[in-house]
Order: sequence, then structure tokens, then C-alpha cells
Amino acid sequence: MNPTEIQERLGQRLGASLECGGAGADAFVIVPAERWLEAARALREGEGLDFDYLRSLTAVDRPAEGKIDVAAHLFSYKRRHALTLKTRLDRAAPRIASLGAVWPAAHWHERELWEMFGVAIENHPDLRHLLLPEDWPGHPLRKDYAMPERYQGIPTRRPAPLAEPAAGTGPTNTGPKNPPEAP
Amino acid sequence: MSDVLVERGPEGTVAVGAIDRMLNLCREHSLWYLLFGTACCAIELMQTGGPRTDADRFGMVFRSTPRQADVMILAGTISYKMASRIRRLYDQMADYKYVISMGSCANTGGLFKDSYAVVQGGDLIVPVDVYLPGCPPRPESLLEGLMLIQQKIEREPWLSRVRGKIPPPKDPWPEGSRCP
Ligand code: SF4
Repeated sequence: MNPTEIQERLGQRLGASLECGGAGADAFVIVPAERWLEAARALREGEGLDFDYLRSLTAVDRPAEGKIDVAAHLFSYKRRHALTLKTRLDRAAPRIASLGAVWPAAHWHERELWEMFGVAIENHPDLRHLLLPEDWPGHPLRKDYAMPERYQGIPTRRPAPLAEPAAGTGPTNTGPKNPPEAP
Repeated sequence: MSDVLVERGPEGTVAVGAIDRMLNLCREHSLWYLLFGTACCAIELMQTGGPRTDADRFGMVFRSTPRQADVMILAGTISYKMASRIRRLYDQMADYKYVISMGSCANTGGLFKDSYAVVQGGDLIVPVDVYLPGCPPRPESLLEGLMLIQQKIEREPWLSRVRGKIPPPKDPWPEGSRCP
């Protein structure tokens, strides 16, 4: 099935006109956040759609628009076609339904989504940090993330060893320069 | 016997220098390292144990438990999640233990500088004895690092250290700041 047909068929199943775009492997559909799970189920079970593989589930932070875009990259081994399912969440209180009931692989992706972007996942069976330490503060992949100075007493910054020290504080470099100075 | 050191104890005078030499000789030729790696440098660590570099011929064999290991090799990128685990392994090793920081990542965070996930140098969590530059250091280089540890052991006043006359290395990550 080509992307336009997939987009049309999903629109029919949901009974709504959806925002679509992209071409070929980049084709995408934007669904409202409250229909996220419904759309996923339609793609998985819909006649001729058969998206049986969740490639990845990720997000993009857009502070200028006050939104977080969530994208699920889907593929069908049976029909050999691909689609990106997207939704836009409110950045202040992002909240989305878990896709674990449709593709169990989504559970780990959602844990990452939650720790990195702070997207709350509804009905997730095991919402713990996946990659970061259990007590890590904040959501690092948000654009306005500020790194803490220390984590459990470990400094999180290290001065660059080759940085020029402020005048009069360090040894003077009298050796050859790299790049060499003009004669 | 010019290198015989004399120490005065309650029971009389003891010569410790030659015993030191003897003990150090034994220790430096049975340098067992902990088999553990955190990232791509571990591949070179495996090579070092392999037939071409063959660390075994120097008495360096890997141990899979920290209880039997003398050397910890920080082979690779250390994430914050891994930091407390590494520290626990280090604490489980019996004294006197040595640490090699292998590769740019373990030295300074390397190409993960200013990352939210990577510790900016292994010496922020455990005391490091030898730093190896490179991304990754070649097996020859790691072998050289291990031999530097051997040289360090050779010069160590072992008995004085055992008796607590020499303070242990400064702990960069003392217990109080760590999570229980
Ligand atoms: S120094 Fe290079 S090879 Fe070693 S862990 Fe870092 S990135 Fe990998």
C-alpha cells in the first residue's frame, strides 16, 4: 500500500480527517493525543494496514511552540510499508496513553520518553528510569534542561586541560605553538 | 644488602627492605585484573588477554570476581548509572588495589564531554594510578599500563604500607556523599 492509501484508510477508520504529510518512507500522520492508542490499534489491526513492528518511539521538544511532538515509527513486515504516527502534546503537562497493549516493545521506549522528556505515560506497567540513574533530576532532552553541578557529590564538569588559564594564574607556555605562529 | 631498611618495633629491630623486595616481586608477577568493561575500550581489553599480546606471560590473568582481583581497569565510558556500581566493585576488592583508567572516556569523559549521562573522568569516583591516552588505547598500550603498575609495586614500601605507616590514596568520592 502506498502512503496516501494508508493515510486515507487510517482517516476512514478513525472517522476524522487527519493532518498528513511526507512521502515514501517519511510519510506521517498526526492524530490528536486522546486518539493515540486508538490510532495505533487501527494501524496494527486494520484491514490491509498490518503494522506489526514498532521501530522506534521518540519525541521532539519544541519550546517555541510550547509543544512536544511524539513520533512512533512503524513498519509492516507483512505488507512492506512504513508510516510515522505523530501527535502533539502540551509542553506544560504532556500526557499520553501507553502503546504497550498494541506493541509490547513500546514499554521500554516509553520509559525513555518519560525520563528524557517528562512525558507522563498512562497505564504503563513499570514506569522506571531506563538509562539514567534512578534519582536523576530533570529531563535531559528538553531544550531548556540545566545540568546539575554535582550528582551525588561527583562534579559533572571538568575544566578542559588545554584551555588557556586566565592571565597570571597558570604557567606560561613557552614551547612551540600549534598551529605555528607566523614568522 | 644495601637496600635493607631497619624498623624499630616493640620486640626489637627488624630488617624489612629485603622482605619488601621479595613480597613485591611476588605481587607484581601475579597481577590479576578484574574482567569488566563499560564500553568499546573493553574490546581492546579482551585483546590484551588474547594470544597476540598475551598478558598471561606476565602473570596477569583476569578474574571474574572483585574479591580476587588486584587491578581494576576502567575500560570505557562510565555513565552516572554505572558509577555507583563501579564504586561498589572497587570497594569489594581487597587492599592493596590499583586502578588503570583506560582511554579518553575513562580519563576525562572523552568525546562525551559535558554529557548529561557520562562521568567526566573515572578519577572522580575511584583513585586512579595510571592513565592511558587513546580512543581506544591499543593492547600494547594497556600492557604498558599494567607494567607501569608493576613498576609502581616494585618500588612500594609494602610492609610500611601494611602497617599503616603510609596513608592510603585520597578517596575522590568519599562515603558520605554517596547514596546508601
Ligand atoms: S575512549 Fe574511545 S574506545 Fe574507549 S570507551 Fe571511549 S569512545 Fe570507546
